[in-house]
Amino acid sequence: MRLTSLEERQREQRLVTNRALVAGAVVIVGLLLLCVRLLHLQVDRHEHFSVLSMENRVKIQPVPPTRGLIYDAKGVLLADNHPTFALEITIEKVENLAATIDDLATIIPIEASDRARFERLKRQRMRFQSVPIRLNLSHKEVARFAVNSYRFPGVDVRAELIRTYPFAEATAHVLGYVGRINEREMSQIDTSNYAGTHFIGKGGLEKAHEDVLHGKVGYQQVEVNARGRILRTLESTPPTSGQDIFLSLDMTLQQAAIDALGDRRGAVVAIDPRDGSVLAMVSKPSYDPNRFVEGISGKEYNALLHSLDKPLFDRAARGQYPPGSTVKPFIGLGGLATGVTTAHKTVYCSGAFSLPGQNHRFRCWRKGGHGTVDLEKSIIESCDVYFYSLANQMGIDRLHSFLSQFGFGSRTGIDVAGELAGLLPSREWKQRVRKQTWYPGETLIVGIGQGSFLATPLQLAVATATIANRGRLIVPRLARASRFPGAATETPFPVVARQINVGNPRYWDQVIAAMTQVVESPRGTAKRIRSPEYRIAGKTGTSQVFTLGQKQTYNAAKTPERMRDHALFIAFAPVDAPRIAVAVLVENGGHGGSDAAPIARRVMDVYLGSKSPLPPDEATDGD
Amino acid sequence: MAIKTLSAQLNAAAEAATLGVLRRLHLDAPLLLGLLTLCGFGLLVVYSAGDRNFEIVERQLVRLTVAFCLMIAIAQVPPRLLRQWSLALYLFGVLMLFAVLLFGAIGKGAQRWLDLGVIRFQPSELLKLAVPMAVAWLLSLRPLPPRPSWILAAIIVTLIPVLLIAKQPDLGTSLLVLSAGALVLFMAGLSWLMIAGLGAAVAAVAPVVWLLMHDYQRARIFTFLNPESDPLGTGYHIIQSQIAIGSGGLYGKGWLNGTQSHLEFLPERHTDFIFAVIGEEFGFAGIVILLALYLFIIGRGLVIAVRSIDSYGRTLAGGLTLVFFVYIFVNTGMVTGLLPVVGVPLPLISYGGTSMVTLLIGFGMIMGVETHKKSAPT
Repeated sequence: MRLTSLEERQREQRLVTNRALVAGAVVIVGLLLLCVRLLHLQVDRHEHFSVLSMENRVKIQPVPPTRGLIYDAKGVLLADNHPTFALEITIEKVENLAATIDDLATIIPIEASDRARFERLKRQRMRFQSVPIRLNLSHKEVARFAVNSYRFPGVDVRAELIRTYPFAEATAHVLGYVGRINEREMSQIDTSNYAGTHFIGKGGLEKAHEDVLHGKVGYQQVEVNARGRILRTLESTPPTSGQDIFLSLDMTLQQAAIDALGDRRGAVVAIDPRDGSVLAMVSKPSYDPNRFVEGISGKEYNALLHSLDKPLFDRAARGQYPPGSTVKPFIGLGGLATGVTTAHKTVYCSGAFSLPGQNHRFRCWRKGGHGTVDLEKSIIESCDVYFYSLANQMGIDRLHSFLSQFGFGSRTGIDVAGELAGLLPSREWKQRVRKQTWYPGETLIVGIGQGSFLATPLQLAVATATIANRGRLIVPRLARASRFPGAATETPFPVVARQINVGNPRYWDQVIAAMTQVVESPRGTAKRIRSPEYRIAGKTGTSQVFTLGQKQTYNAAKTPERMRDHALFIAFAPVDAPRIAVAVLVENGGHGGSDAAPIARRVMDVYLGSKSPLPPDEATDGD
Repeated sequence: MAIKTLSAQLNAAAEAATLGVLRRLHLDAPLLLGLLTLCGFGLLVVYSAGDRNFEIVERQLVRLTVAFCLMIAIAQVPPRLLRQWSLALYLFGVLMLFAVLLFGAIGKGAQRWLDLGVIRFQPSELLKLAVPMAVAWLLSLRPLPPRPSWILAAIIVTLIPVLLIAKQPDLGTSLLVLSAGALVLFMAGLSWLMIAGLGAAVAAVAPVVWLLMHDYQRARIFTFLNPESDPLGTGYHIIQSQIAIGSGGLYGKGWLNGTQSHLEFLPERHTDFIFAVIGEEFGFAGIVILLALYLFIIGRGLVIAVRSIDSYGRTLAGGLTLVFFVYIFVNTGMVTGLLPVVGVPLPLISYGGTSMVTLLIGFGMIMGVETHKKSAPT
């Protein structure tokens, strides 16, 4: 050890003490600096960081409402919510999607079809919306995933209520179906109310009453950790379930109409004329809407879409057909109301009609002609010449304005999404759409319900109910009332009606009498369906134009059957106190009297509780 | 009266006995009290930050026990012997650093470990003690303050291991080793003119260091300057730790109630970022108490340095005490966003054994400096 002098040691001592004091000062300054920083963070900006910390841990989660159920008139469940477990992937939270799915497949079977559906739904989803990779997990599969779930961040089992339609095909066109919300629908709905909802009504009643059925979203504040796992619920506002809807539709009658149509393509619409309730609304052939709820495969969908029978097509509300002779009662009424004709004024039918100064002959369906006919006889025997003459005298303008009062050419306003308006031709329409002037000959064609005149079976049923009601037109509706689940009182849907004034109430009697004779007269075109138990007023019709679909290519060699006329029939009963109005359309069905009328009779029998058998099939001519 | 006197006498006797035991064990009572309080508090925080995981606390307790035993053991060694071992220990450490560069195991992208079969040994930790010892030894060979040639020698002795550690790369440790050497030099009375000159030299060298840095090291500095630029990547640590501290407020959310830490928003919450947990759960008040505790320990260390009887003990005790402060300041500065993110734990609080052992051995040496005065030549 180095020997040091006392002086040296004292100097060193002073030096080190000096340095220690400086160092101590530096330490204190450093710690004070730190305190200033901490005061800034913990006092000045405490509020700011508290909010950030709150935002970190508290997430607002939407709780979707339960969709309302749909019941028929007698309380039969038509649309149910069925609890299922689905395995869902939130793509934004998954690092390697393909590997994750392959990994999942090792613990839960995932078919190629599941992958295909996943790919399809993936394209339509919104950001951060989970997409199902497997549906309908069994409890065993749920348990197996639960054990392994730590390996799959971003993959969750979700208990979900899936819409099911127990009657499947029988209610497909009426109810429509729900499906996963796509981007386009997202832009049209209140996104906050749909924050937790995956399904939305895609058509039919489900779409028309979406707001009633959906309900109001609830929220819960949950505490989450940094990986987004929910630890506990802090606060919650429960959702308001959608309202259940009670229909006027009667499943017994619906089924009767389906059975009556049998294998034929066509539509049946039955309305209670007293309040516009739709009792049955059938379009055949149909499809299974349950296939659409979870996303139908492209192959299956294409098969339905391109089928010659067009099962997806709702013939009742979207099928637009020339109404044919079924418009004759309305035109007759128009003649009376406008004073162009009277009940007794006659026309001679020689089998054809020509406009003055023109050579073109407009034929009556009966070659030999009907001879002298008045309004009643012309309706009973469906004489075309009488109506050529009447239409000619009324002119297209008065025809158009009178017929449009019955709802021809405009939507009826039924609570089924996608209804079409048909077409009631007019001068203005022709100028606007075809850029041509109106020819007088066209007026004659409108007079017998052909040409460009188009109506839906639903429109015909509404118009028929309006005659039964003597001018009181009621907007048809499927939903009678809605009710919150568990609530005691129902909220009825309003009845919207307007009155058609024809000048003299007797005109109604005269036309109804003629329609009654269509069924009851031995010369009536629908005499076959006469019932011994109640009186029916009706009118047959045949639609000569082949208009199954505008895009379908006409292939005569392959589809000779499809070239045939459509058969139509409208009717109401009982005549004195009408309780049901029916419109029947049978595509390529031949004649209204022989093919469509018996279907209407069977529907009315079921509704009115009649068991009288229909007389055996016999050749009936006329339309 | 007599009883009172008796009990007072007994108390005094017990006190004297305790102090006597501590004296015989060569332990410094104030320092020991400060360290034990600090480590006890650390266990409480680790329990909370580790999500009430008792295993973590147990493991930490085992390490603490081992480290305290080592501290007591080192305290028995007279500084005179430490001084004699200084050079050998230093040379051994530098040799080991070369070995790490050649055969070292790679962990977290850096070569820091030497696998000795039974234990994995981190030579850079050894240098945290060997460098101040070597510098203190070097400067004690001549009267203080040191002359320029001895200063140069001290700088070289410091820089060799610093550069080797920086090459591993371990920026945090190399900075601590550098500061250890520099602080001993400072305590030895390095003239203010020299300090200014060295400061200027460091400033001049900084751009070169920048060029030699690894990308991740540069990224840390970028992130430090603007943490919001990368909120999910490197900025995440800083943002979340500031949220934790800031949301703690004056009095904190309460022990075990920190949401940032318990809900796992705060990364590395029981190791390098444990200071944020303290800030969140105990608030500004808790942090001030912690800093006061640190200040007490530092103050005691400096007092020991001043009271030491030779220059080796003075400079070593002072240097080690100041390195302890550097630890504190670098860690808390990083967590509060004052300094860039450098992997330095909060001394004696953070979960983990290596730095704790090194620090407590250092405190053992400081205690030795205080308690072996009789044996030293006067």
